Amino acid sequence: MNELFGGMATLNKKLWRDLLRVKGQVLAIVLVIGAGIALLVMSRGMVASLDTTMRVYYARYQFADIFAPAKRAPNRLLADLRAIDGVSAAQGRIVGGGLVDLPEEAAPISAQFVSIDPDAPRRINNVAIARGVPPSSTRGGEALVLEPFAAAHGLGPGDEIAVTMHGARRVFRISGTANAPEFIYIIPPGDFAPDPARFAVLWVTREEMEAAYDLDGAFNEAVLTLSHGVDEKPVIAALDRILAPYGATGAYARADQISNKYLTEEMKQFAVMDSVMAPLFLIVSAFLLNVVMTRLVQTERTQIGLLKSFGYSNATIGLHYLMFALTIALIGTGVGWIGGLQLGRMITKVYQLYFHFPFLIFVPDFRTLNWALLSSGLTAGFGGTLAVIAAARLAPAIAMRPPAPPNYRRGASSGRGLFRIDQPTRMFMRRIVRQPVRAALTVIGIGAAMGLAVMMRFNLNAIDYMLNASFNVIDRSDILVTFAEPLSDATMYQFRNIEGVLYVEAVRSTPARFSHAGSERLAGITGIPDAPVLNRPLDSQLRQIESHGDGVLLARQYAEILNIGVGDMLTVEVREGRRPTLELPVAGFVEAMIGTPIYMKKTALDRALKEPGRISGVLLKIDPNESERIYARLKNMPMVAGVSLRREAYRNFRKLLDEGPGTFRAIMTLVSIIIAIGVVYNNARIAFIERERDLATLRILGFTKIETGYVLLGELAALTIIALPVGSLIGYLLWTYVAAAMSTDLYMIPTVVKAAGFGYAAIVVIAAGIMAGGFVQRDINRFDLVPVLKSRE
Amino acid sequence: MESEDQPAFKTRGLAKTYGEGASAVHALRGVELEIPKGELVVLLGPSGSGKSTLLNILGGIDRATAGEALFHGDDLVRMDDRRLTRYRRKHVGFVFQFYNLMPSLTARENVELVAEIADKPMDAMEALERVGLKNRADHFPSELSGGEQQRVAIARAIAKQPSVLFCDEPTGALDIKTGIGVLRALQELNSTLGATTLIITHAAATGAIADRVLNLADGQLRNVEINAVKKKPEELDW
Ligand SMILES: Nc1ncnc2c1ncn2[C@@H]1O[C@H](COP(=O)(O)OP(=O)(O)OP(=O)(O)O)[C@@H](O)[C@H]1O
Ligand SMILES: [Mg+2]
Repeated sequence: MNELFGGMATLNKKLWRDLLRVKGQVLAIVLVIGAGIALLVMSRGMVASLDTTMRVYYARYQFADIFAPAKRAPNRLLADLRAIDGVSAAQGRIVGGGLVDLPEEAAPISAQFVSIDPDAPRRINNVAIARGVPPSSTRGGEALVLEPFAAAHGLGPGDEIAVTMHGARRVFRISGTANAPEFIYIIPPGDFAPDPARFAVLWVTREEMEAAYDLDGAFNEAVLTLSHGVDEKPVIAALDRILAPYGATGAYARADQISNKYLTEEMKQFAVMDSVMAPLFLIVSAFLLNVVMTRLVQTERTQIGLLKSFGYSNATIGLHYLMFALTIALIGTGVGWIGGLQLGRMITKVYQLYFHFPFLIFVPDFRTLNWALLSSGLTAGFGGTLAVIAAARLAPAIAMRPPAPPNYRRGASSGRGLFRIDQPTRMFMRRIVRQPVRAALTVIGIGAAMGLAVMMRFNLNAIDYMLNASFNVIDRSDILVTFAEPLSDATMYQFRNIEGVLYVEAVRSTPARFSHAGSERLAGITGIPDAPVLNRPLDSQLRQIESHGDGVLLARQYAEILNIGVGDMLTVEVREGRRPTLELPVAGFVEAMIGTPIYMKKTALDRALKEPGRISGVLLKIDPNESERIYARLKNMPMVAGVSLRREAYRNFRKLLDEGPGTFRAIMTLVSIIIAIGVVYNNARIAFIERERDLATLRILGFTKIETGYVLLGELAALTIIALPVGSLIGYLLWTYVAAAMSTDLYMIPTVVKAAGFGYAAIVVIAAGIMAGGFVQRDINRFDLVPVLKSRE
Repeated sequence: MESEDQPAFKTRGLAKTYGEGASAVHALRGVELEIPKGELVVLLGPSGSGKSTLLNILGGIDRATAGEALFHGDDLVRMDDRRLTRYRRKHVGFVFQFYNLMPSLTARENVELVAEIADKPMDAMEALERVGLKNRADHFPSELSGGEQQRVAIARAIAKQPSVLFCDEPTGALDIKTGIGVLRALQELNSTLGATTLIITHAAATGAIADRVLNLADGQLRNVEINAVKKKPEELDW
């Protein structure tokens, strides 16, 4: 050990001096490592925080493992449900749709009513009271309101709220507000974007719910918890069997519960991001470290030789240089950790717009620290090892000689060809050609930065494309009105007669279980008119699919989910009315970016269901100037159970995306600029140091500062230009990977590629290059010419 | 301004001080000299006497702290960076002790490098021919001997047809025989091109090849010798 550490104290002093001497480059590397670690800390911390909070929240409030909706099931059935193998508890509740009528809101707001038994112990799907108290079972007329909704409208305990439930108007007094595990992500039914202001949840006593929905002694949704480690599948099958006679639409597990699904998908997306980003950053850092270390060892050959001749061992010297790399990595990790905590807190605030927990605190995942240290240590290891080996290998005698000058020899590319190029250009072109590995590494480094920017840009484009395609091309309606139960299609006339309604399109949808070749999915099937105008099935080129006979059109994602192709027969077990089981041919696939719809012609669906002329809702196209009046009419139509304002939702969604992912993208763009500057600057600095003497000589020979700068910056510019197509390619590959990995059946991220995205990234990289070039030009401007002449090397 | 009998350089009270106070180093302390146009001048003096400092100031790559240094009547001390660069570019040829060639350019390209930014350059091949290296034009510096590299450096310096040529220990890194070759080239170029030439050397004997010998000591000009007859470098006894 003494052998190894003897003399380390002196070397440690040298270490600090070395670090200070190349502080510009150290800073660049620290920033790049820091950026990588910060992203890692942020995204892992965010996932860990969401995950922990979610688990604690779910456990404390007994979030159900299984949900089993039905039409009307007698309470006595609960005993049968509890008897199913693996079920630890089962409770029946009544849930129903309806509207809330707020005086200051023109449009009715979709509401969900949920029965609550304030006196029962250990309620499944319990609520976390935020303000006030649960509704009193004795007083009556009281409701507990979802806190984010109440907050959005300035409602609180003591206020009154007018509602329409099951077609009847009522007024409830708000006894309190609450959050609940099933409403962390608050998305109005039939909508695609979270909007706590436009979705009310009211918990009222069981007695009131029974009365309102005519469900005396019955429930319409069973919620169950399972014993630890029980497989859900057989339980779901058993539930479907038991509840089938009572109008069950199909039990589903927590994983398919909408709020939970969004939450878990979001966490998955974070994980995808960090699986791409973190390695990218660390590779770039390793490359930067390697460049700097190699240069350091080269300039210190003489010193190394001297140390060795004094008797310092190879290991001691190797360790010294490794320490240099590790110190940088350690500082980078520290910076990244602190930066990651800040980013984490920032992003947590953003996430509270989407996910409504009673509490959400960003807590770094301390396992990440090990990970960060390990990966930055490995980075330093990889980056430094080559240089360290070189240093340790240097024989004392060789080290004392100046390094062999760059060996330029006459060769194929001496550049004296058809056209004349000036000597400064020739100088940098030769340097690139004669040191291809270094040039390639630089190009890849810059390309990585650009790739990141490309990916970010495409992500933005994809969201634009997705929203535009979904709301301006696929579904052109302004309002979706849903009914509590299917009604006669004569109802459409009532809507046509409203002044300002330009077009009414019938919607018929019914829940069903779809299966093919062993794969299955619970979803809805939507009957569309023969010639749909508002909501249209489009192919991948966004062209309307005109003729599909009596077959079904599936969202493209189902090809994989159900392992099915055009012409195959799809089994559809309808979970409504007479509950027929149908065998329908797949007529084609439709492009859907939000949700995963299944369409067939309404006429064909009617025939299959043997229920002609029924509709479950209407899509409206309206004159925007008449919207207030139309909203007011909708408030007073008893059959209306839900109103979803597509336009408004679209705008809200846009706003939300700008705030949330917008922040994230801003961070990522900043980070890609840091990488680009880091790589370009580092390369420029090294080139500068290596050629200080040549550059000073040029100045002495009468070259101006700019002309001298050109020799150096011309090389950087050339490498940057070469890096542009490389970066485009890297960006494209990253993007296709990320888009595929992040697509879920909630959102399909389209891999649209716009040339402008490459242009944008190119501008980012070029701007970074110009900045780095500016730093180096500054060094050139400050040149002291005399010392250069005094030394040989 | 410019007249036939005006000297190439004239300095008055030229001083250069490094640092301040007690630790100040006075590299030059009031140098007064005159160098007529076209002369071959050798600058002698012990190490640390200020030879390089003087040459660098006259060559426009260093700045005096006091006094005047007139080139054709213009004061170099008062020129800003841009004008100094222009001065070097238009008028000055340099030959350095360590050659300072661009390793990535061949002999010919090194010469062209300077020719490209000159007003009325000599053809690169002609410049190389004058130093006897025409047949090595396409070799890189790493393929040339020290003396050959120094001759490429001289070719580079004369290619722009400079009005003044500065050589700081041009033979310092060379053996005697090669050094003589380099000196011969310089003397010949001085007489054929008429460029005022200033050579720093440690070998006092070299003074014999010059029109004028300046002896520097402790930052001051000690004496000036004028040779009626110049010797040829190969006639020197070392
Ligand atoms: N940057 C500097 N800082 C402080 N002192 C300096 C600096 N450069 C030169 N000197 C001092 O100025 C004096 C003159 O230096 P100069 O290089 O002109 O000497 P010289 O005559 O060329 O010597 P040599 O024959 O050894 O090359 C010396 O004492 C030297 O130490
Ligand atoms: Mg000197």
